[in-house]
Amino acid sequence: MLTFENISYTYHTKEGETTAVKDLSFNVAKGEFVSVIGPSGCGKTTILSLAAGLLAPSSGEVKRNGEFAYMLQRDALFPWRTVEQNIFLPLEVKKRNTPEMREKAVALAVKYGLKDFLKKSPSQLSGGMRQRAALIRTLAAEPEILMLDEPFSALDYQTRLEVCDDVQGIIKGEKKTALLITHDISEAIALSDKVVVLSARPAHVVAEHAITFGESSPKKRRECGEFASTFELLRKELGI
Amino acid sequence: MKKNINYSREHIAYLKKQRNKKIIVNVSRVLILVFILGIWELCAQLKVIDPFITSSPSRVCVTIGELYKNGTLFYHIGITLAETLAGFVIAVVLGYSIAVVLWASDTVHKVIEPYIVVLNSLPKIALGPLIIIWIGTGYDAIIFMTVLVSIIVCIMNMLAGFIEVDKTKLLLMQSMGASKATTLRKLIIPASVPALINTLKVAVGLAWIGSIMGEYIVSKAGLGYLIVYGGQVFKLDLVMTATFILCALAGGMYGIVTLVEKKLKK
Repeated sequence: MLTFENISYTYHTKEGETTAVKDLSFNVAKGEFVSVIGPSGCGKTTILSLAAGLLAPSSGEVKRNGEFAYMLQRDALFPWRTVEQNIFLPLEVKKRNTPEMREKAVALAVKYGLKDFLKKSPSQLSGGMRQRAALIRTLAAEPEILMLDEPFSALDYQTRLEVCDDVQGIIKGEKKTALLITHDISEAIALSDKVVVLSARPAHVVAEHAITFGESSPKKRRECGEFASTFELLRKELGI
Repeated sequence: MKKNINYSREHIAYLKKQRNKKIIVNVSRVLILVFILGIWELCAQLKVIDPFITSSPSRVCVTIGELYKNGTLFYHIGITLAETLAGFVIAVVLGYSIAVVLWASDTVHKVIEPYIVVLNSLPKIALGPLIIIWIGTGYDAIIFMTVLVSIIVCIMNMLAGFIEVDKTKLLLMQSMGASKATTLRKLIIPASVPALINTLKVAVGLAWIGSIMGEYIVSKAGLGYLIVYGGQVFKLDLVMTATFILCALAGGMYGIVTLVEKKLKK
């Protein structure tokens, strides 16, 4: 679905050039939920931008099958639009604003508990609900791959756990492929089928782990004994 | 007041307090005006000040009556109002459009920036003689002056509003593959409505400055003309009257902008 093959990326500023990514290779299979974790400042957002095609790699090739959609650190809901109109935004931008697509998007919102909020302004929603609306917006144009850029980092801890489970449930429920970029080890373990560990800058792959315990439910996983040992392992690999 | 049935006693007291406060503010506002006018009139009547130099509220009323009778009151008001409105609308529309172009192209922005800065600091009245020679002494010269005075602030305010738009929202648009035009339409324009309201407020004031300044330099009619003419022939009643009418008009126009603001913010 998404393959990085020996990707390098160097960005240029007036002060000089920085190699953010070097010889980076990994693969996201269809229907898989993959997390990429790395020490802070290792160029995670660069990797996501490369994956989404917003940046072109200096060398190597990113192979992408199917359309992607981005979910950002903050919900970025437009306050002058209702929740429903926010969800329609990708349809309008991608010129796919047909009654069928709108109906599907609304059905999705209703399915995941946003029915009573559709006509409301985003400011009337709680942080968790806003993030859920942002996810439905991400899904509205029916992308095959979701790219999540620390989508929970702006939330308080309690909401974060809640939204984390919520988002994973929805993504799995809709059988979407997802690439999550985060610095939060426990989040990565709880959510993903596979965790890719990156080194400090220039980023390359240190290790890859398939997470199989706990029936891929974040709640059950956190209760598993393996959770703590996996956490320790990843922590060591990150060098924290 | 039926709604109050559901409120607690404290809440009713709170609402009452808020209402009283509003009444006090409004009454005080009116009282200050009445007080100033009263003192002014009294001093003029008792000859503490010379009403020939300072005029007085009653003399202003008489002058308004005279202007009304000889049919020139609304003629002068109409001309100044038309010049101001035309200049204001042109400045806002043109300023907004230029700001859009500058937003769309970083290079154009960088190239034009020093010119805008210089034009902004230049006292526009210095261009008076040039305007007379180039454009003539008609209304278009005054409208040109009005536009000149207010457009730079429109451009700078709107551009700042466009650039201030949340970077996360911009990234979102970018990630959906939105073109510049789509980003402008779906994000930048709606997100910069507060900047637009702010611009309208500032531009209204500047448009009045521009039109009156224009009338000082070249004019055969209008409130600015009345002020200059009144000053030259030492008819200070006329100067005061025109100033009064200007205050009322400027206040009224600001009021309209505030109404627009309420409508847009809804």
